[in-house]
Amino acid sequence: MSLSLDEVGRIARLARIALTPKEAERIREELNGILDFVAQLQAIDTAGVIPMAHAVDVVQRLREDCVTEADRREDFLAIAPEAEAGLYLVPKVIE
Amino acid sequence: MIHTASLKTLAAQLAQKKISSVELATLFLDRIERYNPTLNAFITVDRDKALAAARQADAQLGAGETAPLLGIPLAHKDIFCTRGLRTTCGSKMLANFVAPYDAHVVERLREAGMVMLGKCNMDEFAMGSSNETSYFGPVKNPWDLTRVPGGSSGGSAAAIAARLVPAATGTDTGGSIRQPAALCGLTGLKPTYGVVSRYGMIAFASSLDQGGPMAASAEDCALLLNAMAGFDARDSTSLERAPEDYTRELERPLDGLKIGLPKEFFGAGMDDGVRAAVEEALAEYRRLGAETIEVSLPNSGLSVPAYYVLAPAEASSNLARYDGVRYGHRAAEYRDLIDMYEKTRAEGFGAEVKRRILIGTYVLSHGYYDAYYLKAQQVRRLIAADFAEAFKQCDVLMGPTTPSAAFRFGEKSADPVAMYLSDIYTIAVNLAGLPGLSIPCGFAGGLPVGLQIIGPWFAEARMLNVAHRYQQATDWHRRLPEEFA
Repeated sequence: MSLSLDEVGRIARLARIALTPKEAERIREELNGILDFVAQLQAIDTAGVIPMAHAVDVVQRLREDCVTEADRREDFLAIAPEAEAGLYLVPKVIE
Repeated sequence: MIHTASLKTLAAQLAQKKISSVELATLFLDRIERYNPTLNAFITVDRDKALAAARQADAQLGAGETAPLLGIPLAHKDIFCTRGLRTTCGSKMLANFVAPYDAHVVERLREAGMVMLGKCNMDEFAMGSSNETSYFGPVKNPWDLTRVPGGSSGGSAAAIAARLVPAATGTDTGGSIRQPAALCGLTGLKPTYGVVSRYGMIAFASSLDQGGPMAASAEDCALLLNAMAGFDARDSTSLERAPEDYTRELERPLDGLKIGLPKEFFGAGMDDGVRAAVEEALAEYRRLGAETIEVSLPNSGLSVPAYYVLAPAEASSNLARYDGVRYGHRAAEYRDLIDMYEKTRAEGFGAEVKRRILIGTYVLSHGYYDAYYLKAQQVRRLIAADFAEAFKQCDVLMGPTTPSAAFRFGEKSADPVAMYLSDIYTIAVNLAGLPGLSIPCGFAGGLPVGLQIIGPWFAEARMLNVAHRYQQATDWHRRLPEEFA
């Protein structure tokens, strides 16, 4: 199997990464190399094998539904690229 | 030669007031100043903060306090968040990021009295096996400046190998502690998944990431792990276990130890010099009373392809957080919100990180999830089951940490798959969540070779014992690169 340039463009859009046409061409080749390499997994018989999502079988811990963190809003806003009046600023999304 | 002393010796000298923590910190800071321009092992050094911490340690020592690591200098891989000191993760995306909190590991080691000198260089977002992907430039191997130190914890490894610091933290997702430890001639331990908290450790592939110690010897690593390990409610996969003293078994004799040698780790593809050093180490273990038997991990050859589905998939999800809104880099010019995201991420991430995000996005995308992601998770279970079967016959497994000694800059960077294969012996351990340790066991062409020791879950104390007894009988772990001796 081989990815087309259109498919690389679609993946890049899903990943929100802008690619120049030159980059897209190089990445197409690299991704195809990696996909060829991982294709050997397809030949393995895994019928009935339960997928292993995690290294250790543990049950998700639960805690009381109460506030555990101090309010550090100012500290967190201080490291934002753009913030104003206690809010993160982003380009306008609703006209 | 205080800069080559073990952590135990440093602690004794501090306790006996033969040296102060400030003097010790100054000595290593001066070495960093002298040698770091050559090695590029550190991204950030903070002399003032380090000396303040050292003065505090001296005050505690002066008051008669004793603790195994009190007053000893340390460096953190730049993946661990440090409040008030920038944490870059080797990326342009976080080049100016100052975390508003400390990682659990950072808190724990500070509470143990260790003095942080700075933050070590690394492959960008821990994605790499050579340190060539760092936005801050490659780290050089102190044993040969034309060669890579390994990665991703290559800055930590080079810093210790040149004794710019006696100990450092690392993280290991597919070999990132063990492989650079092997290439730089150090001892490095990846603990059982869940033993060391991931809180404040910038995420790459969360089901595989694990922090651990890097230092000259197994004894040093045991002391460090005592401070690093422990339950932390802020990491949902942190294990609730009783605290352990990882030094408790160090002196246990090795008589009757059963060492399994996975035949798949001794096949083609291993460099002759590496093979000779590993064989000689196994002969030493037999002289120490251990027995070696052949075992098999029939699916271990699938670990690299399984990993390069699972790790990028998890990475693509974890790295979605870098959106230019809350912290990190934001593009200067953009048309709208989507354009801002796309430009921010195009500018902020390097080539290898983009490659992995795109692979991960693809394998998780509609129509491909079952064929890639689920399949790789099934293979992961087969790989883990092989280890469980092998440990029915032996106490630990041994083999080479890497197929070759340190390679040259540029040698593998043009071919992602060739680079990925340099982790062929380490990745299966992460997939199974097992502890893995690399210790120096000789040289090939003047470059250090690592012996990998793999144990069952929670066998760290026994593995450190197995390493320590070998280090009592050999001096590979005390060898220094001439230029930095």
